[in-house]
Amino acid sequence: MDLFLAYQSLLAFVGINGLLALSVYATLSCGQLSLANAGFMAIGAYTGALITLHAKGVPFVAVLAASALAPAIVAVPLGLPVLRLRGVFLAIATVRLAFVNWDYTNGAMGLVAIPQRTKLWTIALSLALTLFVLGRLRGSRTGYALEAIREDETAARTMGIYTTGHKMAMLVLGAAIAGLAGGLEAHFTFMVAPGTYRFERVVEWLVQAVVGGTAAFYGPVVGAAFLTVLPEVLREAGARLGLAPGPFRLFLNGAILLAVILYLPNGLVSLPARFRRRAAGLA
Amino acid sequence: MGQQVLNGIFLGSIYALFAVGYTLVFGVLDILNLAHQAVFMLAAFVALALVADAHLSLWVALPLAVVAGGLIGIVLERLAFRPLRGRADSNISGLISSLAMATVFEAIALQIFGPDISRFPQDTFPDRVIQIGGATASLLQICIVAISVVLMAVLTLLLARTRLGRQIRAVAESPRAARILGVNVDRAIAMAFFLSSALGGAAGVLFGLAFNSISPDVGRGVELKGLAVIILGGMGSIPGAVIAGFALGVIEVFTVAQLGSSFRDVVSFAVLFLVLIARPRGLLGRAAAREA
Repeated sequence: MDLFLAYQSLLAFVGINGLLALSVYATLSCGQLSLANAGFMAIGAYTGALITLHAKGVPFVAVLAASALAPAIVAVPLGLPVLRLRGVFLAIATVRLAFVNWDYTNGAMGLVAIPQRTKLWTIALSLALTLFVLGRLRGSRTGYALEAIREDETAARTMGIYTTGHKMAMLVLGAAIAGLAGGLEAHFTFMVAPGTYRFERVVEWLVQAVVGGTAAFYGPVVGAAFLTVLPEVLREAGARLGLAPGPFRLFLNGAILLAVILYLPNGLVSLPARFRRRAAGLA
Repeated sequence: MGQQVLNGIFLGSIYALFAVGYTLVFGVLDILNLAHQAVFMLAAFVALALVADAHLSLWVALPLAVVAGGLIGIVLERLAFRPLRGRADSNISGLISSLAMATVFEAIALQIFGPDISRFPQDTFPDRVIQIGGATASLLQICIVAISVVLMAVLTLLLARTRLGRQIRAVAESPRAARILGVNVDRAIAMAFFLSSALGGAAGVLFGLAFNSISPDVGRGVELKGLAVIILGGMGSIPGAVIAGFALGVIEVFTVAQLGSSFRDVVSFAVLFLVLIARPRGLLGRAAAREA
């Protein structure tokens, strides 16, 4: 039980990062790379935090729903011009929100003293719900349409798939997941600040999604768990082995990431199948 | 007014120099090289070490650091990009492997130079101020703009006129066709990385001189600006990156002067967004994405 308490916040961040990796995966599943999710997360976090701070008595479920809904609404006008672009979906990467200049959000200081309403089970439930939705998409008519768009957008369109609509739907879904994660995080860490939602974080989630493996809908969660826990493990191991913290850990983190991306093209979730194949080959 | 334009051109020349290399690699490989900012940072440290520890003149250290940046680029290509070539998802996996290399580079810089801000020695560059019309500029600022413009012109000429430039452009157009025509594709890509990283490195040294502060994470702030510049200019377009770099520099300086520093990025990104609504391909981008 002590062990559980000690690792509670690590587990919470595994869950939140898992949600965020899934939000990147959502748009990735139709071949689009959206780097705007840090902004969507920020909208979710601020929406949730402002409701909690200013409207007492709103149940947490409603707060989280608003956290997910607000970025989803914002995603529609943002997506319209950008979805006309094909391929690498970079443009809205750079859209950063002007929270800093808004008195209501307390500027660059951010909002503090947000009550901690997020419990570990709330995160687990949100993650399960998201995985359920994304899992159901696989193998459904929509799921096949998304795969077709990912493989070849022109071919998908000639087959009568409404590509823009599907891409928009996944962008909105991704935004909602990122917003939900933002709302959860804000009520877990007590604070939101504009500096939290930087561009680098989206890249982190993308890395988690790809390292876990995007061939399976649960891959991003595996990747998020792996990459969230890895620095902690390296810290423990480093302390045991008497290695200096800092540069060496950073180095190993980068090296492991490089090794995974070079030698495990389908991500960590492809490992079991690989071992099975190898075992079968030997037998 | 004139002063702001001058400051904007000065800032913009560094953005443009950074972005030109960034967009060159994108034009050739369709991969966003997230380690570009780490090369930028490493080259700045190399120049610093040469000036502060080896007591070389800046005019010797700068070219050496630029070459060092280029060589780091070749190592980067070898480790993070070449193994992925031919993989279907190479544009996303390349982005991640370059990020991994950026982490490794940052760790190396942290190990050697420490986490604190390092500065060039006081007498690295003569401290002189020059009047241009009603505005003042330091000799350093003028040299930075001049060096950036010369380097960008050299790159443009190199790509347009030389055999190597033709090969790089051929590979950008279609690696397969280039190979059939007898171009050594791997060598052309390695050279593109050398050029890209050399310019990125030069930008790093100039940035380090301009703001006189270098730390292992100095490249991160520039990375997003560089991304905005190459999107605004049109992905893969070198003249586009130059124009957009200067434009962003001027916009940023004016925003800070007129509206305050907290609006610094807001206006830049609003401009970027509006341009993209009107022209999704960027200012000088190609009409359609190359596919297959």
